[in-house]
Amino acid sequence: MPRQLLSGNQAVGEAVRLARAQVVSAYPITPQTTIVEHLAEAVGSHALDADFITVESEHSAMAACVGASVAGARAFTATSSQGLALMHEMLHWASGQRTPIVMANVNRALAPPWNIWVDHSDSMAQRDTGWLQIYAETNQEVMDTVLQAYRVAEDPTVMLPVMVMLDAFLLSHTYMPVDVPDEATVDAFLPAFSPRDRVDPGATQLFGSFSPPSLCFMELRHAMARAMDRAQVRLVEVGKEYSQATGRPPLGLLDEYRTEGADAVLIAAGSLAATARDAVDRLRHDGKKVGLIRLRVFRPFPTEQVRALGRRFPVIGVLDRSFSYGSGGAIASEVRASLQGERSPRPKVGSFIVGLGGRDVRPEHLVKLYRRLLEGHAPGEEWVGLREGT
Amino acid sequence: MAKLTVPATELMDAGHLACQGCGAALAMRLFLKATGPNTTLVIPACCWAVITGPMPGTCLKVPTVFCAFETTAAVASGVKAGLRRRGLGDTIVAGFAGDGGTADIGLQALSGAAERNEDFIYVCYDNEAYMNTGIQRSGSTPPGAWTTTTPPGLSKVTGKKDLPAIMVAHGIPYVATLNPSFPEDFVNKVKRAASMPGLRYLHILADCPTGWKHDPAKMVEVGRQATTSRVWPLFEVVNGRYRMTWQPSNPTPVRDYLRLQARFAQLQEGEIENMQRWVDDRWNDLRRRCGEEGTAPLGGARAAPLRVERTPVSPPKAPITPSGGPLVPSSPRASSGPAPVPTRSQTPSSGSRPPETSVELPRCYKMDKPCDGSCGCLLPGGLCMELFRMSSRHL
Repeated sequence: MPRQLLSGNQAVGEAVRLARAQVVSAYPITPQTTIVEHLAEAVGSHALDADFITVESEHSAMAACVGASVAGARAFTATSSQGLALMHEMLHWASGQRTPIVMANVNRALAPPWNIWVDHSDSMAQRDTGWLQIYAETNQEVMDTVLQAYRVAEDPTVMLPVMVMLDAFLLSHTYMPVDVPDEATVDAFLPAFSPRDRVDPGATQLFGSFSPPSLCFMELRHAMARAMDRAQVRLVEVGKEYSQATGRPPLGLLDEYRTEGADAVLIAAGSLAATARDAVDRLRHDGKKVGLIRLRVFRPFPTEQVRALGRRFPVIGVLDRSFSYGSGGAIASEVRASLQGERSPRPKVGSFIVGLGGRDVRPEHLVKLYRRLLEGHAPGEEWVGLREGT
Repeated sequence: MAKLTVPATELMDAGHLACQGCGAALAMRLFLKATGPNTTLVIPACCWAVITGPMPGTCLKVPTVFCAFETTAAVASGVKAGLRRRGLGDTIVAGFAGDGGTADIGLQALSGAAERNEDFIYVCYDNEAYMNTGIQRSGSTPPGAWTTTTPPGLSKVTGKKDLPAIMVAHGIPYVATLNPSFPEDFVNKVKRAASMPGLRYLHILADCPTGWKHDPAKMVEVGRQATTSRVWPLFEVVNGRYRMTWQPSNPTPVRDYLRLQARFAQLQEGEIENMQRWVDDRWNDLRRRCGEEGTAPLGGARAAPLRVERTPVSPPKAPITPSGGPLVPSSPRASSGPAPVPTRSQTPSSGSRPPETSVELPRCYKMDKPCDGSCGCLLPGGLCMELFRMSSRHL
């Protein structure tokens, strides 16, 4: 498997080329733009045999992807921040029409004020749209996750769209060595898209239509809920299959780092996890028993796995790079909810809001958090890294 | 009479959920007759999102993709690309959207698709308001029309968004106006559109008796009057070249068209004259674009066709009655008497009505004498049936 030096956005572009996406429709937004540039070049040079639709907005980008997917083509788009927010309505259409679109979202803060740097507010705000959400920690994971995403999305028992998240600049524009699988390996792992239901000219078919309350609307939503359950199983299975095909380590819903005998763990998603690994190494070096739970899949949320963690660690800290106003950190809320109903003693769960709008989060910040967690300090909500006197 | 060119094929079943006299239903039926079975429809939020009937039933015998309100052109772009990728590029993909979904919320996506010259037909069936949500004004509502959001005192005084001209300005290969009351012209245009690649835009008049407030049985007649009065001219634009496809030899007064519909019942005398001037100016403008000789420059009435001093009047109260009775407060030409149908000068000057020439009155079928309007056989809006027949005799 050749190793290449790729930015996160290039890793997305290469993965989409290897996945042989047939229709790409996207609109530029910093810091996603280089993904579509990469794909435009691939289509222009015939490295990717696809229709490239240069739409006039992200809303139309997703609409065109839905149309292409309903027509039976493998569709891809990429966006970020405001673009994802503009797409909101169409995210529901994509999942409701059961179109297995894969989208890369470069996590970026939402304005105002304008801010092009990383946080997770954009994708967390879309958590109830019926999309799978997978957060990548490295550019290698970006590559692997996009390829796995198509397999899971297009599984006949799933047929739901997948959002692959990578942090603005920290991944999107940072170059890392990436093992790129060859075309034959990918073709064997990811067969051509051939859904059971697609536009069949000449037939009498409906895609959408309307349902009054007594008909089938609620049943269709229930079917989506169960498909999301199956997606959780398929994510793990497909992770293993990809590992067998490529020799890369399998990726699951979450993974653990140096958690053996830990007195306190942090839960983190995205590139924050890489920073936390560094903090764990420093503390373990000093003999402190701390570890990391890296959350890879946010939707479907790995409730059972988190419950199991609650039985093993007395103190859990959760890093959230977004905030739900009037409630709290999105991941912390999910973790706390998952632990409800567990027999006491339940672990203490602390919530830390970090790195909004690209505010730097360094290993030394997290070392401090770990030390406080070890002292039993688990705040209900604490904002880390605020400037004094502002 | 023109040779019948409307195909006998039926791709729309009778069992549908449209209101009685729905112009959009007839438009769809004629459209599919012309495109044939190898058609895939893309339908946003609009009356047609309901007319097909609830899941899993449908009155349409072609694949139908439903989409969000503002996304018709974007979804159609995607469907076409997807089918092309599967080797099904010869399938006619057609967006079928209302005027709200086209002139207002969907204009951005449509403009983008037109600029890219995507390969599909975009149909706007224009019933001149948001009819599916209960008759609210859209950018395509004509001046003076009553809607639930343009009640008396809050009338629409600005013009109707000129969608065909906007689409022509995008440089797409084909733009045409259609009217289901002229089925041969309608079918010919759809067939021509279907034979061309690129984005083709069809702007169809879609009478809505529910929202326009007239007897549903009169749908075809109202449609004819729309074109004979030049309110809805029939033209096509092939690669930027305008051509009139049908012209009334004896244009009927706009007043007659307005008086067929209770949505215009609130219009007062001066306003109707302004409407006539507005229509004349638009017609003049169209003739100029068609390269016809002797056309006058544009007048100033287009920007604000209804801006006159007025006193408040009551809204049209009469709802559609199942019996289809008169819907307009009776005002049978009281002031003008048995008005002869005017023949408009071929070179009307802006700002003033062209001279009217009397023509021979037809015989009243009821009283067996030259029609003077005294028989009382009036259509809703005060139009004599005989006068109406005469005005549309060339049909």
